[in-house]
Amino acid sequence: MKFVDTSAGRIDILQGIDLAVSPGEAVAILGASGSGKSTLLGLLAGLDQASAGEVTLFGTRLSSLDEDGRAALRAGRVGFVFQSFQLLSGMTALENVMLPLELSGHRKPEQAAKAALSEAGLAQRLHHYPSQLSGGEQQRVALARAFAPNPQVLFADEPTANLDAHTGKRVADLLFKLQEQSQTVLILVTHDEMLADRCDRRLYLRDGSLENEA
Amino acid sequence: MNSLHFALRLLRRDWRAGELRLLATALVIAVASVTSVGFFTDRIERAMARQASEVLAADIRVESNQPIPEAFIREATRRQLPHASTLSFPSVILHREVTQLVQVKAVSNDYPLRGQMRVRDSITAEDQVAEGVPASGEAWLEERLLPLLGLALGDEIKVGKSSFRVSRIIVYEPDRSANLFRLAPRLLIPIGDIPETGLLGPASRVRHYLLLAGSPSQMSDYRVWVEDQNISGLQVEDIRSARPELRSALDQGGRFLRLAAATAILLCMVAVALSSRRFVERQSDSSALLRCLGASRRQVTRIFILRLLSLGLVASLIGVMIGLGVQTLLIQLIGDWFTTQIPTPTAWPVVSGLVTGILVLIGFSLPSIIRLGEVPPLRVFRRHLAAPPISYRLFLLVALFSLSILLLWQIGDDKMALRLISGLLAGLAILVLISRLLVYALAPLRHLTAGSWRYGLASLSRNPATTTIQLTGFGLGFTVLLLLAIVRVDLLTSWQGALPADSPNQFLINIQPDEVAAVRELLAKGDIETNGLFPMIRGRLVSIDGDPVSLEDYDNPRAQRLATRDFNISHALRPQDDNKIVAGRWWSDTELNEAWFSVEQGLAETLGIPLGAELEFEIAGIRVMGRVESLRSVEWDSFNVNFFVIGTPGLLAQRPATYITSFYMSAEKRPVLHRLIQQFPSVTALDVTAIMAQVRAIMDRGALAVESVFLFTLAAGLIVLYAGIQASHELKVQETAVLRTLGVKRSVLYLSTMLEFALLGGLAGLVSAALASAISFSLAQAVFNLPWEFNFRMWVGALLAGALCVAVAGTLASRSLLNTPPLVTMRKI
Repeated sequence: MKFVDTSAGRIDILQGIDLAVSPGEAVAILGASGSGKSTLLGLLAGLDQASAGEVTLFGTRLSSLDEDGRAALRAGRVGFVFQSFQLLSGMTALENVMLPLELSGHRKPEQAAKAALSEAGLAQRLHHYPSQLSGGEQQRVALARAFAPNPQVLFADEPTANLDAHTGKRVADLLFKLQEQSQTVLILVTHDEMLADRCDRRLYLRDGSLENEA
Repeated sequence: MNSLHFALRLLRRDWRAGELRLLATALVIAVASVTSVGFFTDRIERAMARQASEVLAADIRVESNQPIPEAFIREATRRQLPHASTLSFPSVILHREVTQLVQVKAVSNDYPLRGQMRVRDSITAEDQVAEGVPASGEAWLEERLLPLLGLALGDEIKVGKSSFRVSRIIVYEPDRSANLFRLAPRLLIPIGDIPETGLLGPASRVRHYLLLAGSPSQMSDYRVWVEDQNISGLQVEDIRSARPELRSALDQGGRFLRLAAATAILLCMVAVALSSRRFVERQSDSSALLRCLGASRRQVTRIFILRLLSLGLVASLIGVMIGLGVQTLLIQLIGDWFTTQIPTPTAWPVVSGLVTGILVLIGFSLPSIIRLGEVPPLRVFRRHLAAPPISYRLFLLVALFSLSILLLWQIGDDKMALRLISGLLAGLAILVLISRLLVYALAPLRHLTAGSWRYGLASLSRNPATTTIQLTGFGLGFTVLLLLAIVRVDLLTSWQGALPADSPNQFLINIQPDEVAAVRELLAKGDIETNGLFPMIRGRLVSIDGDPVSLEDYDNPRAQRLATRDFNISHALRPQDDNKIVAGRWWSDTELNEAWFSVEQGLAETLGIPLGAELEFEIAGIRVMGRVESLRSVEWDSFNVNFFVIGTPGLLAQRPATYITSFYMSAEKRPVLHRLIQQFPSVTALDVTAIMAQVRAIMDRGALAVESVFLFTLAAGLIVLYAGIQASHELKVQETAVLRTLGVKRSVLYLSTMLEFALLGGLAGLVSAALASAISFSLAQAVFNLPWEFNFRMWVGALLAGALCVAVAGTLASRSLLNTPPLVTMRKI
């Protein structure tokens, strides 16, 4: 459960959510704007804490960990893809991809990052800065960054929302190709029905509750 | 993960991306200014100490009324110490039928060990450095001996049983200045010729000297060795003080340079604080992402701190290199004044520069940067989540701590540093208060205005925190710049005014009372103006408030010397123009018969003479008592005749006196002086032209050094301006894009931006004029001893310049925002 207390009283954002995801599974979470999709993603990734209830990641109850403990749990095992890409503007594509590898103490971060960017079709763009890349290329760099450390879980927040249909499709193709190759759990928050259709399971968030969709 | 390695990689990326350039530039300027001034003053002070050795022509001097034992010379040779022997005695010399008392000085070949002699080959020739000493059979003498004896260069004089040919005129003699007013005219001959003169009998009044030079430790070791020999009647002298007339100009200059370096640091601190705040805003995403990708809070904090410290170290090293280069230029400006070689730089200013860089970072950047570890990772989804606001109490505490340490340390003058710190703290409080008032005052105006005015005013009142930070930053920056500009102008003006071209360059002493009228008339006929002829009475201070004055009462060598020597005392109707009564009051015309004294402030402090104390002097066997009715400050470097103690005419007019005067005499009037000396043989004439030329040169070069260091402060000021404008850049990006999307014309936005910055700059300028006036008043009075006057034009200038500079710079900096299509800007947000 997640609620916030305001001067106008308590607002329940999420309630009665019961969700288990198996290894290698791709789950889409759909919902209207403001339905709490990003809040749910934040809770599942341990970026935020539930007001009540329990989130278990890799067999560890997140409530038993403090913020640094949750960060340590994520390091090298959890990847993220964001709607606004979240690339660091001062770093080249290669450096952005190296970031999680360096943080997780990877032995050869540069080699692994180059391989991930090649996989994303950006071998020629290694030393370009985000501002020198198109939106689609930026998101592909973000995908390379997310998959480079071989995460067990990938959280994706509207990964194609900022892209046109054609580019969005190319990015989605890449996302699912990489997810299939690495057998990573994918938790995808999206408005895009077509994108959600490519997942193993579709869930719908309505009035703070999660509903299964066939 | 290796945090340091990672931090360094991030730092390299930051640098490429230009994230930390502002912060780094501010640090480089701070360190460069501290280091260059540090190197410069350190080298000059050591050169001064070395030059002060000229008072002895050596580093130490062994003095005795018996010949110096051979063992002493052997020991000096064994220790490989440069040494020279001199001796000095009064004697009468003869030319044709004319005799004259002189002070003979005989010197060995290596004299002088410190400093240089300057001589002239003829009366009209330019003076030059003397190579060596007089050859055997030759004598050099002081110019005033020529008219006294009717001598010309090349003539022979008789000294004892020997004859000497006069070959040169002595212009300057290093170890002469210590006894400027006491000596009979000088005659210099080689020490090897002394035995033949037959003048050194057992009862002769000869002083023998052994001069030695070497490092301070060598000198101290030799001194210990001498003391261990336990030979009575021997004295070992070392350097106690340089020439006071130069010291005061150099001290003042040194203080100003340190103040200039400190103000550059202050400005850089403001720039570092402003740019760190912006860095935190811009790095919040980076921090959230790192946390999201698994970095712990501590890791993120460590990465940012290491990044910052590495930057600090690199920037400080660059600053040190620049400082080293700049001090070389400064030394070239002033170095040729020194007759001794300027010592090489020590490592201390390097350490001082590096510590400054790190302290500036710790004090003004660290409290902001630490917050980066606290950015919630959820910011990756919700951009409004930011680092917790800075604890202003903590920030102030840390900033004040490092500011105080840096200023107290760098300025090296607690009084000046404390005045500056308290002035700035008061300024900070006033600026914060005014910016708050401004925000409140502007809020209603937003609704009463339209167009550009409305947007400009709205921008200021909508973002109170940014407005406060900008106004405070600009205000402190302008204050420090103005302060330094005021003190600099005052200082340069006072230096230029201190020694006008017609400052006295000649002294006449030992004028008998019955000669006063004739001397006055002769000078007037020769068209030479004096400040007057002053009575000079020799007297020894016997007691203060009834307590006998004795050597043992004082630890300070200067006090000991003063306590045991005869004073030159005078009596006067009114104080000299360059004297200022600092305590008590001068006597009125009806109080001339009171038994009162006026004592020079420095002497009073050294000997512990309070206002109101009863002083007793012994003058020619008679005790004279009087009360200290006033304390005076005296401008010793004015070269006017001045006295430590002046009494009322009623108290001293009946005591035996000789008269003294000083005046300016151009070279072509030299014959007047020769006539005067011939007519009044007992009058002693002293030429201080050479010393004055040195004082002038040091002041001129010092002024150039001051201007050069001021450039650092200006550069630091520009950095503050830039950092201040950048403080609102992120807000402006968004606002401008939205307003332009909504159809607001670019011209309206240009005008509103200009108005916003002009208002900020004008207000900051006005407040800083008030603050700078207050602080400069306090410094002028207490530290620099400079006159201060209210400068209305400075207030108007600060208001206009502040408004103009900030408006132009702010508008120029926002130009790219205003010219970029809003869609492009929106995409970047």
